[in-house]
Amino acid sequence: MTSDKTAATSSVSQMDSVMLGVKGLTKRFGEVVANDDVDLNIMPGEIHALLGENGAGKSTLVKMLYGSLQPTAGEIIWKGKPVRIASPYEARQLGIGIVFQHFSLFDALSVADNIALSLAGDENIKSIAEKALEFSGRYGLPLNPRSMVGDLSVGERQRVEIVRCLLQNPELVILDEPTSVLTPQEAERLFETLEILKGEGRSVLFISHRLEEVRRLCDKATILRNAKVVGECLPREETAASIARMMVGSEISHVRKQTSDKPESQPLLELNDVNLQAATPFSVTLKDINLTVGAGEIVGIAGVAGNGQSELFEAVSGERLQGHAGAIRMRGMDVGRKGINWRRKHGAAFIPEERLGHGAISEFHLSENMLLARHQSDKVAFQWGHGLGIIWQDLVRKATDRVCEMMDVRKPGRNPVAASLSGGNLQKFLVGRELDRQPSVLVINQPSWGVDAGAASRIRQAIIDLARSGSAVLVISQDLDEIFELSDRIAVMYDGRLSSPLSAAEVGREEVGLLMAGIGISEDRHAA
Amino acid sequence: MLREFPVSIQLEKRNVPSVLFSAVSPLIALALTLLAGAVLFTLMGHNPLEALYFYFVEPLTETWSLHELVVKATPLVLIATGLAICFRSNNWNIGAEGQFIVGAIAGAAFPVLLPGFESFAVLPLMMICGMLGGMAWAFIPAFLKNRFGANEILTSLMLVYVAELLLDWMVRGPWRNPEGYNFPETRSFSGWQVLPEMLTSGRAHYGALFAILGVLLMWFMLAKTMKGFEISVIGQAPRAGRFAGFNPKATTLFVFLVSGAFAGLAGIAEVSGAIGQLRPSISPGYGFTAIIVAFLGRLNPPGIFAAGLVLALSYLGGEAVQVSLQMSDKVASVFQGMLLIFVLGCDTLIHHRVRISRTGTDAASVGEVKNGTV
Repeated sequence: MTSDKTAATSSVSQMDSVMLGVKGLTKRFGEVVANDDVDLNIMPGEIHALLGENGAGKSTLVKMLYGSLQPTAGEIIWKGKPVRIASPYEARQLGIGIVFQHFSLFDALSVADNIALSLAGDENIKSIAEKALEFSGRYGLPLNPRSMVGDLSVGERQRVEIVRCLLQNPELVILDEPTSVLTPQEAERLFETLEILKGEGRSVLFISHRLEEVRRLCDKATILRNAKVVGECLPREETAASIARMMVGSEISHVRKQTSDKPESQPLLELNDVNLQAATPFSVTLKDINLTVGAGEIVGIAGVAGNGQSELFEAVSGERLQGHAGAIRMRGMDVGRKGINWRRKHGAAFIPEERLGHGAISEFHLSENMLLARHQSDKVAFQWGHGLGIIWQDLVRKATDRVCEMMDVRKPGRNPVAASLSGGNLQKFLVGRELDRQPSVLVINQPSWGVDAGAASRIRQAIIDLARSGSAVLVISQDLDEIFELSDRIAVMYDGRLSSPLSAAEVGREEVGLLMAGIGISEDRHAA
Repeated sequence: MLREFPVSIQLEKRNVPSVLFSAVSPLIALALTLLAGAVLFTLMGHNPLEALYFYFVEPLTETWSLHELVVKATPLVLIATGLAICFRSNNWNIGAEGQFIVGAIAGAAFPVLLPGFESFAVLPLMMICGMLGGMAWAFIPAFLKNRFGANEILTSLMLVYVAELLLDWMVRGPWRNPEGYNFPETRSFSGWQVLPEMLTSGRAHYGALFAILGVLLMWFMLAKTMKGFEISVIGQAPRAGRFAGFNPKATTLFVFLVSGAFAGLAGIAEVSGAIGQLRPSISPGYGFTAIIVAFLGRLNPPGIFAAGLVLALSYLGGEAVQVSLQMSDKVASVFQGMLLIFVLGCDTLIHHRVRISRTGTDAASVGEVKNGTV
């Protein structure tokens, strides 16, 4: 019963040979549906791509397959038998291995130590090291078991993770965005390894945003959008453009355009060759970013997560400073060397992507979170006592109440801790906290990430209203619908670079989708 | 393998920290400590109730021992109040013992080097020098952390041993009392050099007033001012601290200097008020016990005040059972250690709830609900 990989594969006769089947899998987090009736079949010896934008539900699906999340409904079928995968341990026992995007290795231990730590049983380090060496030879993953992990490059660390996974002899290997941290050459080697695995009859579930490599490598692809499977395809018979179209869903009805009639408005935010060195191995280096946002204008920055958006936010907000003052200008002032509070005091406002831990502190009350962003910009109102910095709790509370009322924040009690609010209500609060000051420059990262539809539309409306009152707004989002709904001009971030902005009225969804996949942001276009 | 256990016990993170458990967790810890202490006494062949009575109740029944309680609680509360802001801001100053000692040495410079200098000014000068000495010692780990990223736990702890040896050398060498028959001690302080007693009934000195003022001051700073807010923000969420525009290095320096000043003041107050001279050993580990005090008090100044009294009692009780039951003086350390472990253990209940479930039944509800990442 050999499966014909070139044919479409859901015929009943082949169901027996399916290695991993997923039927009607659903996962809800409160009101949010992260996976909705997902079906997926992976055949033996198949490299199967799982595609989708961020937030489409890929990670949730993977976590359920690996036993770290339990489905709300639906079933997982492993080699013809329904199974319940209660823990990652059980997943490994079944023969499912995973290599995560972010590695779980100890820097101060050797490669062999790290591998030994993840294996059950009491095999000694020496024989593990020998085995690791043998596997690394067999699969083309050169490794020295005695090296300290801290000394290894990102690509080498990934090899450690893969060898560690293979030592458990998995029949299905899940790779979560394996190439997002690799150089092209390292990615090339990884593909060779995957071909070897495939040749041995193992299956691979390959999660990626990079459509070209999916087309080259994968036998089949399942595409998720908004928690649902929206299609399956044979990637080799598609173009990157046609896959991108499925991912972003171009059939979604056209959005209402908010035209700005002031093409030559006064620039309020200017980025002139903004560069920022990556702070950690997992962050992105910003390269020569140029952009101008005028009064009354909304510029949207689209892009797949992890292409430098959060770094751009840090640079524009002043959480990390620029090398020279003129790199960032706000309202005509050089602010590249000024900190975030100086920028705030001169009319800027910032709303980061992560609500808890960045924009707010989960165990702090709303009034304290109000103070977090506004203690300097509203110093006169919120503090007294000549440098002692005594807090006017009462005035802070009143401002908090005002914001909650303005944005219709639903909350338990008058001044609860941030963690007790739903994502949507907390985001409304964080947006209101800044809009309450009537900023002339607003930078917002992922305005409606993980937010219910009602809150999302309220937030978007508030952003549009602010821009129409004459402020400059920079919106960073992975949600193309949101980008198109809000923006007057659209630019795309890819690998730390920003494409030149295009008029939202003239650019198509497909073109933006291609730019997001790194197709078309060529050097010459960037220079143009 | 894991499947064979019929019942699984899991810790599940609470969405919101429990108000109930943050209040009762220190009390549960105290109760567990008493229970474990009773077991310990029983194993050592004593009647546990009698031993606990000698340990925890008897020291509270007499005037002189109440004074001793205050004398011992004074340095504990002062040091722990300073440590609280370090710990709140995620700066792990483990070296308060060293800052205490160096504060004592610096403050003792006046009576030792200028024994004839007797005026009302000498006492405030001694106290100020004590604070400066503690600050100087605390500055070192703060500087090393800010400049080189050195782990402040190690540097501050190692500086304790340096301080201890420094004190030992001082009292045996340059600062030894020339009229002291070669005993390793400095001159005894006299007149204005002695921090006076507060009441005529016993030894409790004005250091206790400093401790109360310190608690009030720190409470005000933490609860009412931007500085206190900044300290909590940086401790809870460094990234949010950057978003708020706070400077983590400046905060590290600030909390180390303040806690050094508190420890140094405790040191000179102890030497000037309770001991009356420098000796090779001037502390039964107040700087370390204060870490327990700080945590038992929830890093909250009023709580620290109460916790300081509890831990002072553990010292007195240790001495009491030494006398009445001929136990080792190490019993006090055992009690203090148990208390810290139980406090930290019980604190888990503030952020987590214990969930007991049968495996094999539908475990879909187990954990992860808070994990909203999609």
